[in-house]
Formats: sequence, structure tokens, C-alpha cells
Amino acid sequence: MSTTRSTRTDVPTSAEPPQAPPRAGRRRSLDESPARSFTRGFFVKLVLMALVDAIGVYVVLAAWAEGSFGILWAMVALLAAANWIYFSRRTVPLKYIFPGLAFLLVFQIFVVLYTGFVAFTNYGDGHNSTKSDAIEALLIQNERRVEGSDSYPLTVLDAGGELAFAIVDDDGDVRVGQAQEPLRAVEDAEVDGDTVTAVPGYEVLSRQGVLERQQDVTTLRVPVSADPGDGSIRTQDARTGFVYTSVLEYDESADTMTDVTTGTVYRPNDEGLFEAEDGTTLNVGWRVLVGFDNFTTAFGDPRYAGPFVKILAWTFAFAVLSVLTTFLLGLFLAIVFNDERVKGRRIYRTLMILPYAIPGFLAALLWSGLLNRRFGFVNDVLLGGAEIPWLTDPWLAKLSVLGVNLWLGFPYMFLICTGALQSIPKDVNEAAEIDGAGGLTTWRYITMPLLLVATAPLLISSFAFNFNNFNLIYMLTKGGPRFTDASVPLGDTDILISMVYSISGVDGTAPKNYGLASALAIVIFVIVATVSALAFRQTRKLEEMS
Amino acid sequence: MAIETAPSSSVARPAAAAPEHRLRGRRWFQEVGWRHVVGVIAVVYAGFPLVYVVSASLSEGGTLTGSNELFAEVSGANYATLNDTLFWTWLLNSIVIATATGIGTVLMGAAAAYAFSRFRFTGRRVGLTSLLVIQMFPQMLAFIAIFLLLLALGNVVPELGLNSKLALIGVYLGGALGVNTFLMYGFFNTIPRELDEAAKIDGATHSQIYWTIILRLVAPVLAVVGLLSVIATFGDFILARTVLQSERNWTVAIGLYGWVSELLEANWGLFAAGAVISAVPILVLFLYLQKYIVGGLAAGAVKG
Repeated sequence: MSTTRSTRTDVPTSAEPPQAPPRAGRRRSLDESPARSFTRGFFVKLVLMALVDAIGVYVVLAAWAEGSFGILWAMVALLAAANWIYFSRRTVPLKYIFPGLAFLLVFQIFVVLYTGFVAFTNYGDGHNSTKSDAIEALLIQNERRVEGSDSYPLTVLDAGGELAFAIVDDDGDVRVGQAQEPLRAVEDAEVDGDTVTAVPGYEVLSRQGVLERQQDVTTLRVPVSADPGDGSIRTQDARTGFVYTSVLEYDESADTMTDVTTGTVYRPNDEGLFEAEDGTTLNVGWRVLVGFDNFTTAFGDPRYAGPFVKILAWTFAFAVLSVLTTFLLGLFLAIVFNDERVKGRRIYRTLMILPYAIPGFLAALLWSGLLNRRFGFVNDVLLGGAEIPWLTDPWLAKLSVLGVNLWLGFPYMFLICTGALQSIPKDVNEAAEIDGAGGLTTWRYITMPLLLVATAPLLISSFAFNFNNFNLIYMLTKGGPRFTDASVPLGDTDILISMVYSISGVDGTAPKNYGLASALAIVIFVIVATVSALAFRQTRKLEEMS
Repeated sequence: MAIETAPSSSVARPAAAAPEHRLRGRRWFQEVGWRHVVGVIAVVYAGFPLVYVVSASLSEGGTLTGSNELFAEVSGANYATLNDTLFWTWLLNSIVIATATGIGTVLMGAAAAYAFSRFRFTGRRVGLTSLLVIQMFPQMLAFIAIFLLLLALGNVVPELGLNSKLALIGVYLGGALGVNTFLMYGFFNTIPRELDEAAKIDGATHSQIYWTIILRLVAPVLAVVGLLSVIATFGDFILARTVLQSERNWTVAIGLYGWVSELLEANWGLFAAGAVISAVPILVLFLYLQKYIVGGLAAGAVKG
């Protein structure tokens, strides 16, 4: 039995049962498992695959239309893989792994690699997109009405909520355009003198309507043609349209921008900006690879390096102290209740693990109210009206963060310590007792090492978790109190992950700097991975010892 | 301080009885009774913020100061006011996103664990090791790249771009394999292979074995993984905030944070009511599955 099993476990993918030879006639059909016959499962698979393929093809076509070839090829690859895996007979393990793997590849592995890539770029405010986008944006932003430029009679139209302009050009033809659609000639528009009175598919906006949407009307910019160099039509009074042209001119062959009013020539530099000879730059840039600049900024630029060092130290202190305090309290409670004579242990346990069952963000928000300086329950009721700045004094805020995390985390440690204590065999302790060891000696040399071996991996992952405990920090103090001497919005209780979040500017409180934020994310990853690897190695040693 | 007052009260009752009884009382306290004192203190410590938030949610004024007298008044005013806000939309969003993520995570994680546990194929060891490594990089850290990826995806398929709940679920599912496969893998390995083999001899296909035999036997671990995934998703802020932009699409975590961070004073009662309502489903699930969770913790899995 055991021999047949071991050989079969090596090749369990062959669906052929041992008794197959006598039924040789059905052998072929058995091989085709699971699609050997048109079972219900096969039809379910067919329908699911048809659905996946349909959605996939739609995405491929949409990506083609948008010109997003990265997405297009990724989707084609995923689709091809899916079809091969689910219609081939030789890919049984992959049939089970693929769904998770596909998501893992896109939303975990790719984004991690992409974070690594962004870390080496200057992606962020002012460097948001590609060079051609930047050129277009520059041309548009620097449009001015040139004195004596063409003007046309203009009518404001409404195209299903979106505004449009209709103008009568010099030949008397009507041309219509919207923000995203350059002007084009319209055949059957009705014109009364100089004003357009009706355009099929549009509604002429009344005087009242124009007044209501004055802001939108005066800021609307309708491109003259697809080339941004041709300028646009804008209006101030909703009656006359003026041609605005850019004061900048892009010369494709020389790759330079020229300011036609001053004659200054701007050339692209290494930082993704157009730069004039005197060093002035145009305000819209594009993203370029900047090498290790972001890392040198993090460690070298005094605006970031100072806060970074403080935050790094606090992150370590916070993670280590959090694990330590919650572990000690949890362990203490586990020891106290690891005694069968205590009645009602289940009730105690259920009540004590309540903080663990509350979503962490709710708990942190709740405590931010409890610890409020003037009106919080802790100051107002428990401390009789004391105004202790729990969350606004640098050191007290740190203490509060640790205190709240103790409340949140001790039930977890209590549970794992209880589990570990109960899994220690009784006879080990008894043997120690027979050998004459006292309670303390047994504890020191038997129980504690066994407990640590059992809980060490969990303590490491708890460290890794707290190292990135964004919710607690962000919800409780938002990183505050702010550093008074820093220009960036960082504070005394910020940990690395909340620092990354603030610097990234995703929440809108600071200018966006994706490059620097990604570089910091990579730093965090390296730290957590190193610490975890070292710690796991240490635990292995611990295991070998015992 | 508490320890000093406690003995007198716990000894008080036996004191009325016979002298030897009293001795037993004192010994009882030294051996067992003080543990109850510790227990009561711990329960008060763990529970008072929860009692407070329930009381605050029932207070009439709905301000932070007005909530400090516990149960001074009991009114449903705060709960009624929730109807004027988007709270129920947020709660529904949270529930939908968390449930979908939970189910997807369980299905994908279990399938992958089955493959790693039951099949021997090239790349299996490499696959398991890579999962261990990937696990160390929390998805949350890549929020910028996720933001940029969805920005690009949204240009192609708006349903999968920024501000889409579907996209957020996809993002969460990306983390499904890394975090949970190991826990499930260990559990799958404890199911005897003889069961699969017997079924195989009877002519069952690998998919029949998986769906009808294995999945039923590993139900407890599926419950744990599903629950943990739901809790983690429910509590996530950073990814949800990055992806979901319009207020109607927010989850409870973003919405309640908004109330408290904007006007902590005035919105306190509203927040308390919302917190109570959104904590209850998780709390009930948690207590209901407590046995499995404690078992899962002992097996060494779970969030910290």
C-alpha cells in the first residue's frame, strides 16, 4: 500500500486509476478528464470561459482604441494563458492556481515592481505625464489673446449638458466645437445674419442660460484644430469668439520651445523640464528617470532627511515597544487564566478579546475622541477635568499611541499565549518537578523557551504589522503634532508608512511626489524584509536549541 | 489599589462562616481569587471604551462633551440622523466590497492551496517560496503604483479604473494568494491523502475531489480565512481612500474618518452611532467564529 501510494503521489496528475487496464475500451475517455464527457461541470467551465474571453476581448479592443499597448499585451497574455490552461489536459495544477495567480501578478507583483520603477523617476506634481502631454499642456496653458487676432461671431450651445461653441467663419460657414472636439464645419445650421440660431443635435443656450453658467462659458476653450499649435477659440461675452494662440512655439525638429514674445529658447534638460539658457524653466514637465535622486533626497535633503531619521527611529521604537507591551500584558493575563480552578474563564476571555474584534480604525477614531484634550472622557471624567495634551504633546502623543495600541493588541497576544501555554505538554513540567526544579526554575528553563519558540513567528509578523500600522497612526493622531521645523506635513508620531502617504500627496494635503514616496516605500520594504529574515533565522536557531 | 480593596470584599463572605472556612477563603484568594480581580480589571480596561461609545451613540446632544456622562440620557436621535447622511450607502459599500473580497479570497486561496498540497509539479517549491517572499511586501505599500495602474486602466475600461468598487475588489484579491495560501496549505496537508485516493479509484475527477470532498473537510479554515479577509477589508483605509474618490462610493472607514477629522466636536454622536452599527456585524461574526479563530491563531496564521 505504502509503495503504491508514494509512487502515485509523485504523479497524481495522471487521472488514470490503477484498475484502468481491464476497462481498456473506456481508457481514452477517462484520460480526457475532466472534460471526458459533457458533464455539468464541463458546461459550467465553458460558460465561465466564454464570459472571461468576452470580457477580455472587450478590454483588448478598448485598449487598442485608446492606444494603451501595455494593457493590451498584458490582457492578451492573460487570456491566452487562461484558455490554454483550462482547455489543456496537462495543466491540472495550474487550473487551481491560475485565478489567484492572475490577480497576484497584476495587483501585487506588477504594482510592487512598478513602485520600484516609480522610485527612480520624478513622477509627481509638475512631472505628471509624458513629454508630448507636457508639450501640449504648455502650449494650452500659455495661450494668450494676440492683439488684432481673428474674431468671429459666436453662439453658446448645449450638447446634452456639455457646452459647445458655434462660430461663423469668414466664408459664412458655421463651425462647431467642444472642449475635447476641435472645430468642424456643420452643414445644415440655421444662421440669422451673423448669429447662429439652430444647430442640429445642439440646443442654443439662452441669455439666461449663459448667465447661469457664466463661469463655465468664459473658461471653455475650443481647439481650432487637432494641433494645439493652432490655438483655440475663447469668449468673454458669449457673443464674440477670439482666437487665442500660444506664446510658446514648439519646434519638433530641434526639440525646443520658443517664447515668441521674448524670443527665449527653452531646451529639454535631464530633469524633464524645458530650460532656458539663464536657467529658468517652464512650469510643466514630464517624468524622466532620475536615478537615485529620490533616495539621496530622502537621506540627504535637509527638508526630508531630518524628519526621516526621526520618523525611522520612532517607527522602530513604536513597532518594538508595541510588540513588547502587548506581549507582556497578554502573557501575564494568559498565565493568570491558565488555571483550571478559575471559574468563568470563557466569559473573561470573550469579554477581554472584544477590542480585537472591533475594526482597528474604529478603535483608533474612538480613542482620538476619548483622549481629546478639553472634552475627552479620559481628561474630563477619569482625571477630573485635567487638560492633559494626550495627542498634541510630542512625547505624550507617542505614549498615547502606544497605550491605544496596547488596548488594541493585548487580546491577540493573550489568545496566542493561552494557546501556546496549553500546548506545552504537562509531563514536561512534571518531569522538571520530579528532578527538583522549583516553580521559577521550571518557568525560566522549560516553559518560557517553549513558549517563545511557539510564539516567535507570530511576534515577528506582529512586528511587521505594527511597522506598517497606518490606520492606528493616521486615525489617532494623523501623525501629529506636526514638526514645527519642517516644511513638509510630517509630525512626531508619523511612522514610515504614514510619511509615505503624506509625501505621496494622494490625499491632497501636500504636493504630489510619487517618486520620492515610492522610494520611501522601497526603503520600508527593505527594512521589513531584512528584519523578518534575520528574525526568522534567529527563531530557527531557537528551535534547534530546544 | 484595586488589589487592596478586593481581598476584603472577597473575604468578607467567608468571614461570617467557621474559622477554618476563613482560612480556606484566604488560601482560595491567594491561589485563585486574585485571578478574578485581575480578570475584572482587564475586562473593565477592555470594555470601558466600548461601553462609552454605546452611551455616546445614545446621548441626545451628539457632542463630545455631552457624551461624557454615561447613559445620562437615552435617545435614538443620533441613529435617526444617520438617515440624513450617506452612512447607509457607505455601510452597504463596505459590506459588498468586504463580502466579495472574502468569498474571492477563500475560493482562490483554497484552490491554490489544494494544488500546492495535492499535486507535485515543476515550480511547486519555487512557487511556495515566492509566496513567502511576496507575503512580506504589504500591498498597502504599493498604493501609489496601484493608483497609477488604475488611472491607466480607467482610460481603457472605466469600470476598472479609479473610483470603481469593482477595481478595489480586484486590488484586494491581488493580495489574496500571498496572505492566505500558507495557512490553508498547512491545513490541507492535514487531510489524509487516502481520502482522495479512494475517491480517485472510484473514478472521481480532480475537480470532483476538490469540490465535494476536500472543500467540505477544510470548512473551518475556510471560515477563518474568509472572516479575516472580511475584517481586514472592512478596516482598510489607505487603499480604499486611494481608489474610491466620490463620496457615494466611500466605505465606512473613509466616511467615519471624514466625520471625525473634519469636526470632531460636532459629529461625535453621529460617529458613535455609525461606529456601533458598523462594529456590530464584525463583532457578531467574530464571536460566532471565536472557536475557529482561536484555533487558527494557535496554528500560527492571522493578522497581528
